[in-house]
Amino acid sequence: MTQPIVAVRGLTKHFEIGRGQVVHAVDDVSLDIAPREIVGLVGESGSGKSTLGKTVLGLHDKTSGEVVFNGESLPAKYTPGDFQRYAQSMQMIFQDPYSSLNPRMTVGEIVGEGLRLHSDLSRTDIRDNVADWLRRVGLNPDHMSRYPHEFSGGQRQRIGIARALVLEPEFVVCDEPISALDVSVQAQVVNLLDELKESLGLTLLFIAHDLSMVRYVSDRMAVMYLGSLVELGPANRVFFAPKHPYTELLIGSNPEPDPVSERSRDSTAIRGEIPSPVNVPAGCRFANRCPKVMDVCRDLTPELISVVDECHADRLVACHLYS
Amino acid sequence: MSALLEVADLRVEFDTYGGTVQAVRGVSFELDRGQTLAIVGESGCGKSVTVQSIMGLIPMPPGRITSGTAKLDGKDVIADKRIDGKDIRGRLVGMIFQDPMSSLNPTMTIGEQIAETLQVHRGYSHRRAIARAIELIDMTRIPEAAKRASQYPFEFSGGMLQRSMIAMSLACEPSILIADEPTTALDVTIQAQILDLMRDLQRDNGMAIILITHDLGVVARMADEVLVMYAGEVVERGSVDDVFYRSAHPYTLGLRAAMPSNRDDAAQELTPIDGSPPDLFAPPAGCGYFARCPHAMRACETEHPRAFELGEQHRARCWLHHEDCNVDAGEVFRK
Repeated sequence: MTQPIVAVRGLTKHFEIGRGQVVHAVDDVSLDIAPREIVGLVGESGSGKSTLGKTVLGLHDKTSGEVVFNGESLPAKYTPGDFQRYAQSMQMIFQDPYSSLNPRMTVGEIVGEGLRLHSDLSRTDIRDNVADWLRRVGLNPDHMSRYPHEFSGGQRQRIGIARALVLEPEFVVCDEPISALDVSVQAQVVNLLDELKESLGLTLLFIAHDLSMVRYVSDRMAVMYLGSLVELGPANRVFFAPKHPYTELLIGSNPEPDPVSERSRDSTAIRGEIPSPVNVPAGCRFANRCPKVMDVCRDLTPELISVVDECHADRLVACHLYS
Repeated sequence: MSALLEVADLRVEFDTYGGTVQAVRGVSFELDRGQTLAIVGESGCGKSVTVQSIMGLIPMPPGRITSGTAKLDGKDVIADKRIDGKDIRGRLVGMIFQDPMSSLNPTMTIGEQIAETLQVHRGYSHRRAIARAIELIDMTRIPEAAKRASQYPFEFSGGMLQRSMIAMSLACEPSILIADEPTTALDVTIQAQILDLMRDLQRDNGMAIILITHDLGVVARMADEVLVMYAGEVVERGSVDDVFYRSAHPYTLGLRAAMPSNRDDAAQELTPIDGSPPDLFAPPAGCGYFARCPHAMRACETEHPRAFELGEQHRARCWLHHEDCNVDAGEVFRK
């Protein structure tokens, strides 16, 4: 693999919630992301996907572990100056296009704010730049003086994308950028991200729970369960030939838009729900729901080990079945 | 035997400051016992308003049912344009919503909320209603039903809340369960559990389900019949196989092309549907999909397409099926 642009090493994020209780939101996650790669991150709600994305960008302080960006280790706790510095190379597209745009700012101000803070462009240059970006994301530059409430969900998501990309960052975390949108609009946003990846050489961490969409968008797919990474590999391989029992069940739960295959399929629901990340069970975190559970799973935490699959693809999986 | 629910030419309008919105424009469908009907379409195409008007959940004013009949077990429930919701809701029709957290009362225990339905509709005593509520909670596979019944909504996870909503809606053994985006807010794993639960309950008690969703995967898994709605109209209806394998409306094709299919071979492109749905303050004279349709013809702009009969149950509102149309419909829809 080429030199990764983002290297996450043993990243851990715990939240203290008082009375000595600790939420293990992200536990010892390591992940390399190569330049111009799209890594899809999937998992149930509460698995720590968003926390991982935000911690990588410094929006949460790191409990332990490190994130190396272009060879430089990022601080565990960002100072305002760090945000200033890294905002130009790393950005985030947020899930909810309704709450992530300031309703009292015009679209021009929202998209141009990054340039105002991080560049010494003149006001007219910023204006031109913003107009250009609105055009690139498929919005009308004349709408610059409008406010967010005047736009539909899909349009707002585009504003969020323009806002994140106006500084031409190298690495962008997209936290569920499409889940709030209608199917027809999802395709627009996904195609737009794909196009921008080509033209700008973006590297993306794409967080989503729509497995079909993640498979479609990503080069590699990472699966999280209860704060830890359980599987990582080429998106198509992980989707069509999952190794970890959790991935298998997760993908099996994903209904296909094909009535014949759905009718022929038995129930695939996983029993139970994701346990609380406050009291993380010892051993494998999936052990209590796993249909293939063995004795060893309850005592020993499985390491992420590399496996070469039938198609000679490099895979990583954290499961005792493969050790 | 006549259908359990027969809706004919339903039209619903809303008065707003901007004018009158024609939210539902002539919707007809039937639903048999034990069947699942899925209604699909984008936000704002009238899916929810259609079922809410049958339930008497449309606030009137500003809402108005301007025409149509909805015969439930042969009795027209909207005949006098004013529904006594109590007659229908709960007893004949149960409903679950997308966001269970906001549809439950946060200050009442789950058990009390379910019991209330039984006390109101069935005249059960409090004690008997609570006992039945616990049975219902147990039926929806919530572990430790008795303990759970005395807990409040905030103590439940999203999946558990949706189960309790199902328990509540089934309390009076309705003949129809309306599920409005029941799993949109849930994870795929929990979605699979809820869908399985709905199907098992349907098999046990023979209720009909109306499932509103925009997820074609969920439709494929659950539905017997499908209505595809666009701009307040049914543009295509048919069996689930008709709609998926013999799609006969460009909008249905568009929806399918906008979703990734999970075939191994596919390096397929996603094709978004450009533009947005028409303004229902002044719906277009012709086909509602005209402005976005890649196959639009001159007639489509001005002439409202009738529903062409394509199979026993299969109908599509598209001029491409007209015998005088010189575009080969087979060519367009062979996908």
